[in-house]
Amino acid sequence: MNLWMWLLLACLLAYAWKLLGYLVPASLLRDPRMSRIAGTMTIGLLASLTIVNTAASGQSLTLDARLGALAAAGVALWFRAPFLVVVLAGAGAAAGLRLLGWD
Amino acid sequence: MKLLQSPAVRVGLSISIATGLYGVSFGALSVTSGLDFWQTMALSLLLFSGGSQFAFIGVVAGGGSGVAAMGAATLLGMRNGIYGMQVNALLRPRGWLRFAAAQVTIDESTATSTGQTDPGEQKRGFWTAGIGIFVLWNVFTAVGALAGGALGDPKQWGLDGAAVAAFLGLLWPRLKGREPMAIAVVCALATVLAVPFVPAGVPILVAAVVAALIGWFSHGRSDEGLEPDVEPYAGNPSGHHPGHHSGPDSNRPSDRPPDRPPGGAE
Repeated sequence: MNLWMWLLLACLLAYAWKLLGYLVPASLLRDPRMSRIAGTMTIGLLASLTIVNTAASGQSLTLDARLGALAAAGVALWFRAPFLVVVLAGAGAAAGLRLLGWD
Repeated sequence: MKLLQSPAVRVGLSISIATGLYGVSFGALSVTSGLDFWQTMALSLLLFSGGSQFAFIGVVAGGGSGVAAMGAATLLGMRNGIYGMQVNALLRPRGWLRFAAAQVTIDESTATSTGQTDPGEQKRGFWTAGIGIFVLWNVFTAVGALAGGALGDPKQWGLDGAAVAAFLGLLWPRLKGREPMAIAVVCALATVLAVPFVPAGVPILVAAVVAALIGWFSHGRSDEGLEPDVEPYAGNPSGHHPGHHSGPDSNRPSDRPPDRPPGGAE
């Protein structure tokens, strides 16, 4: 139930952000700093989420099959593969490496 | 059907299919991260913002708390507020329409709209992409959640690797140039350094603070990082859709008459 509470709060706040854009005066848009922070935070959070899901196990850092997934996804993206192909490449690499005994 | 002759509608429909399809990966990853079917659907129906949804389940999968998951999702959703201002300046929705417009204001609907110059096309592009993605994203989330629940051991299928790939896939289109690359490296490094010292999930928030500080103190492009996950105008040789830099006071070529009377699009 606890997770439900945070989940619904996240939904509410996500909608609040979206609606805020329609309710605040347009002059705020002329402050480039706000959109700049929104942009740098998007990059920073996605980079952080990528590395956490690759190398973190709780509070320790590990190198396992997920590193192969990162590399495979990078190669797929380099060749401009569509998103779903990138995700499948990541899954395939991790599953394949585990099959070979590297976990 | 006349509506299909609108370039914005056609772009909106193709982006809906491309984006909607990867709802499968969200649905499957969400249930293997420990969320149940309805929690997964609640995220797609109510939160409805791909990056934030992946962030929420990514934190939960890593053993993070609900509050950290909410924090990461919320910080990542800030850019939708910026998009809201852009779309509001172009479309000026009135009454209940603005509450509906807000829910479907995401990377792709905004990019489809701002990529058009004609006001009627901007409107058609926004609503086609917004509603199209909302419907397909939710349908494919359900498909993914049901399939993911039947998979058994998620590690055997490499689903943790799929999550890694999904985040890199979301990050990739935003790494245009040296500066966003540097921001990504610095934030990744801050994350790695924080992992051993703080509870799971918190390193992501540390990176958000670092990124916000970079944004506050440096002076780069003001729309850096505000690229859609799936670029609707990928065929555009400049690689960047026109109109993306424009604010509400940039003059639109409104002297050109719209193809049909305004409001006849929906």
